[in-house]
Amino acid sequence: MKALNIIECAYRATIEEQDDTIVWLTHAMKAAGADLGLVLRGDAVNYAVRAQNAAGLAFGDWRQTQPPRLADDIALLVTKGVAVYVLAEDLVLRGLDAADLVPGLERVTRESLPGIFAAHDQIWHW
Amino acid sequence: MTERKTLTFALMDAPYESARTTTALRLIDIATKRGYAVNVFAYEGAVMLPFNRQQPHPNAVHGRNVEEENHLLTKDVVAALMKAAERNGGKLDWVNCGLCVDERGAGEAIEGVRRGSPADFWKLAEASDNTLVIGTR
Repeated sequence: MKALNIIECAYRATIEEQDDTIVWLTHAMKAAGADLGLVLRGDAVNYAVRAQNAAGLAFGDWRQTQPPRLADDIALLVTKGVAVYVLAEDLVLRGLDAADLVPGLERVTRESLPGIFAAHDQIWHW
Repeated sequence: MTERKTLTFALMDAPYESARTTTALRLIDIATKRGYAVNVFAYEGAVMLPFNRQQPHPNAVHGRNVEEENHLLTKDVVAALMKAAERNGGKLDWVNCGLCVDERGAGEAIEGVRRGSPADFWKLAEASDNTLVIGTR
């Protein structure tokens, strides 16, 4: 079976979780042998932006030592063989281009989504 | 001399569900640094923020053991904020909505958290310079 995760709701508790829960789930399921693809759309296209940095969070004496590294997590998915698609229109709306992103992503248009969906047995829109 | 204000925050989101809580805790951090008297009325899922049975965990996806992962536990954040408030001459009075605690079985909160009701929220708000409500969306 081949499943496609779609992430649209971005930065939901990523600071507290120290990652994105669906990106994490994709890593964990891939490690368990799952055949998965991932679509980043809406604000979630920003997960692929290399320059983001969430370091430095502190509350009183407590310091966060492992902030979320979302772009690294996305890049690592690519190296593990997960096809990561980013919506071109959502990148344009946010002024992002290929140079801003981690390498290895597939930039796709909205029009091409039905074809991508058809290539998967299940679609999981988080 | 800096004026010591009194601020009340009403929080509603459960931990690990929303970035709003992180923002709220950052605002509280600033207030405690300034020595303000800070009140928190934790309502609904927010009563889980100081839940004492939260546990850190390793993260195989990150390739880190439990110490290396140093996972953020909101109970530790609340404790750190209470300590910082005291050190800076202020206070952090954290009130968990009692009925919200009961329906979630969340009675085991860290030291310093007290049980209260909406009436306490009203009293805290009345005695404050201002109140910020951060509700669930």
